[in-house]
Amino acid sequence: MEILNLARQSILMPAGIQDGDIEKIMSRLLSSSVDAADIYFQSSHFESWVMEGGIIKEGSHNIEQGAGVRAVSGEKTGFAYSDRIELPVLLEAANNVKAIVRQGQEAQVGLTKAANWPQYYAPLNPLKSLADQQKIDLLRRVDSETRKLDSRIEEVIVSLVGVHDSILVASQDGSLVADVRPLVRMNVTVIVVQNGQREQGSMGGGGRSDYSYFIDQNTALEYGREAVRQALVNLEAVDAPAGNMTVVLGPGWPGILLHEAIGHGLEGDFNRKGTSAFSGRVGERVASDLCTVVDDGTLPGRRGSLSIDDEGTPTEKTVLIKNGILKGYMQDKLNARLMGVKPTGNGRRESYAHLPMPRMTNTYMLPGQHNPEEIIRSVKKGLYAKNFGGGQVDITSGKFVFSASEAYLIENGKITRAVKGATLIGNGPDVLTRVSMVGTDLELDSGVGTCGKDGQSVPVGVGQPTLKIDGLTVGGTSV
Amino acid sequence: MQNQEQINQLKNTVQDILDEATKQGASAAEAGLSQENGLSVSVRLGDVETIEHHCGQGLGVTVYFGQRKGSASTTDLSPVSIKETVSAACSIARYTSEDECSGLPEQELLATEFPDLDLNHPWNVGVDEAIALAIECEDAARFYHAEISNSEGASINTHQGIRVMGNTLGFLQGYAATRHSLSCSVLAQRGDSMQRDYWYTVARNAVNLESAVEVGKKAAERTLRRLQARSLSTRQCPVLYCAEAASGLLSSFIGAISGGNLYRKSTFLLDALDTQVFPEFVHIHEQPYLKGALGSSAYDGEGVATQTRDIVSDGILRGYVLSTYSARKLGLRSTGNAGGVHNLTIDTGMLDFQGMLKELNTGLLVTELMGQGVNMVTGDYSRGAAGFWVENGEIQYPVEEITIAGNLKDMLKNVIAVGNDVDYRGNIRTGSILVERMSIAGE
Ligand SMILES: [Zn+2]
Repeated sequence: MEILNLARQSILMPAGIQDGDIEKIMSRLLSSSVDAADIYFQSSHFESWVMEGGIIKEGSHNIEQGAGVRAVSGEKTGFAYSDRIELPVLLEAANNVKAIVRQGQEAQVGLTKAANWPQYYAPLNPLKSLADQQKIDLLRRVDSETRKLDSRIEEVIVSLVGVHDSILVASQDGSLVADVRPLVRMNVTVIVVQNGQREQGSMGGGGRSDYSYFIDQNTALEYGREAVRQALVNLEAVDAPAGNMTVVLGPGWPGILLHEAIGHGLEGDFNRKGTSAFSGRVGERVASDLCTVVDDGTLPGRRGSLSIDDEGTPTEKTVLIKNGILKGYMQDKLNARLMGVKPTGNGRRESYAHLPMPRMTNTYMLPGQHNPEEIIRSVKKGLYAKNFGGGQVDITSGKFVFSASEAYLIENGKITRAVKGATLIGNGPDVLTRVSMVGTDLELDSGVGTCGKDGQSVPVGVGQPTLKIDGLTVGGTSV
Repeated sequence: MQNQEQINQLKNTVQDILDEATKQGASAAEAGLSQENGLSVSVRLGDVETIEHHCGQGLGVTVYFGQRKGSASTTDLSPVSIKETVSAACSIARYTSEDECSGLPEQELLATEFPDLDLNHPWNVGVDEAIALAIECEDAARFYHAEISNSEGASINTHQGIRVMGNTLGFLQGYAATRHSLSCSVLAQRGDSMQRDYWYTVARNAVNLESAVEVGKKAAERTLRRLQARSLSTRQCPVLYCAEAASGLLSSFIGAISGGNLYRKSTFLLDALDTQVFPEFVHIHEQPYLKGALGSSAYDGEGVATQTRDIVSDGILRGYVLSTYSARKLGLRSTGNAGGVHNLTIDTGMLDFQGMLKELNTGLLVTELMGQGVNMVTGDYSRGAAGFWVENGEIQYPVEEITIAGNLKDMLKNVIAVGNDVDYRGNIRTGSILVERMSIAGE
């Protein structure tokens, strides 16, 4: 109950809201024909620091707080929010929201004590984990150590972001649950110049922790080294090939393939509505039998992890694809109820000002049998994609695309030249059927993923072992 | 005149915030306050899906202690919180470095004239009326053709925002603006092929929205024409960007001449001022004072007066897109573009869309782009695409699962024609754009 009290202290107490007030709002919200209702309170503090051109250039501190009130009847949802956590404002919001249900009487609700659930991170406040001067010292150290690495470095940009997010969810059954979610991220971008040619490299990471994450084991300095390495590789890169070829994806962040190509298509809302290329395909083969894919919100301290989702459902490790067979979808409460299945702890929202929907947490493929070197050796001619920028998917046609930020040609079983500007495009429902080798080297990404859906952004994680895909379209300029 | 009263109230608050910053020792400060109200209604398969009432507010403040800067923001506008937010910004400024380029804009660049740009037209649509309109729109799409198999629904959004900003140079202004939209998205199925597409209309004044039936019909037509799309073999050919896709191309161009990328030297158009970047027939202007347009504004995010100006004339780059900070980094003056461009408009040629297809003759018509594959530093461009294969000026069949690639520097130079089929729904107003040659990768 420590978490609940912490959240009460940071959200409700400053606003002077008592448990009795929450009962009043909930009672106003509920009527006999409401299937579900919730009140979501949030107080989020965010800071960012940027070092560029060798100076501490910018810093900002931001507070977002408010409450969202929702009532659901059948497939209908009424929603209102306010930045003012005040009883009269929230009662008015409840009035607006329940207009979605046009009849019924007010019900009485008493708040109950919820059972305990596991915590996958400590309720830390990253913003307070270092004094401001120590944050500045950390940025300066990363900047100066990175600049020393190579004479071709022209610019280094280092950013540090911390979030202290407290949420409290009251549901129609009277349950009141809370979560305190720390999140930190650091990013290093370098620009290198050689004979007038300019290239960029970037590396970052973080998780649900405080700033000690970057200091212990010198993680921050490692980001700088990696950013420089990537930028220097890009200096030597030649134009990417174009056409259909065998593609080997490296471990870790290239797991964004799973996120784009199949993850979004397995979100419950699209499948309830029948708009996904995967709709109605549970029990069918959607991948080669080497592939087992899970969405797992329970990994301790990961960027995509949550102890409870934004509807108060504890997260879990949900098997999406097992040995190539589609097992199930990711669900929030609304879509789970309408599809007659259990919620999977994937109901997420960007903030109190947004409606929850099924979203991924950490999505990854389990390791297979092959040594990664053996996978490369098996390719006569193809592309090895080691790192990626962003991606996008059309969940209806299944077409997805993502851009490689570091890729190499494979020639006669060996990694040869670096190539630039390679975009991969494919069809979600059949890309995994062409996976012919899966490595033993499962890696999760370093903690940089942000997923966008319907204009809402949430932090996510991805991961995978080395994968070989027989035939994917590579969109370079070298025909 | 309820809005005027609200604006005056917010102006008083902004002045209080600036005074508080001065009291806390800041040598200069800038603050912005916004309040927003809106209603979104969505329907699906003929019934209501969501009704959302929006009501938000926010304060952002930036303080300067000499050349050191700190920023803070909050959604809590209580007097206590306002004071704390100013303190937070001041405290940050103790740790940031002296930066000779930082600070408020030059006094003489601040806007002094504030014509009525006709941006505020509240739409008093009730929830029931909005539901009926959305259903009419979705019905027009759903029952358009037997192959329309499913729907993601139709939605109506209406939104009013009031923004006030001020700084310690005496600038204090505010205005109200509205934005309304209607959109629809449906699916079609034929055999194994399932496709989805959408259409939307957006305007400051609801009377300028396309009719609900028109929006629904276009959504259905656009979805149907994508059925049974196939890939293309790898090749090189001319590419016609439809108007909506063309605005993305111009937006990449604007990114390349924006201050942030220029002073970081992260652009393929470094030192390109007064040089040929497009063919001679291309003219691109900024038109901030268009009445009722989506990108209109008399001043930018820092209070600097916006300008009606040429960015490209005779294909030659005539000006950059700069904020106060980026301008100083480059030894130049702000162009009134803190926060972006205002109604970027490209002069169109004589050809309508059909004429542009004839001009393309045989090649690819791109209607949708996917992914982020644009490298601003080098201009390397490789994006996922969908559209149509065109032969002898006639659309042959839909295509998907291909990429189009090139280098932006060459692509801009090799623009052959700009159509007069202008899309007015955004801040970038362009017709379709024909590019001479690009690499297509496919099956
Ligand atoms: Zn995503």
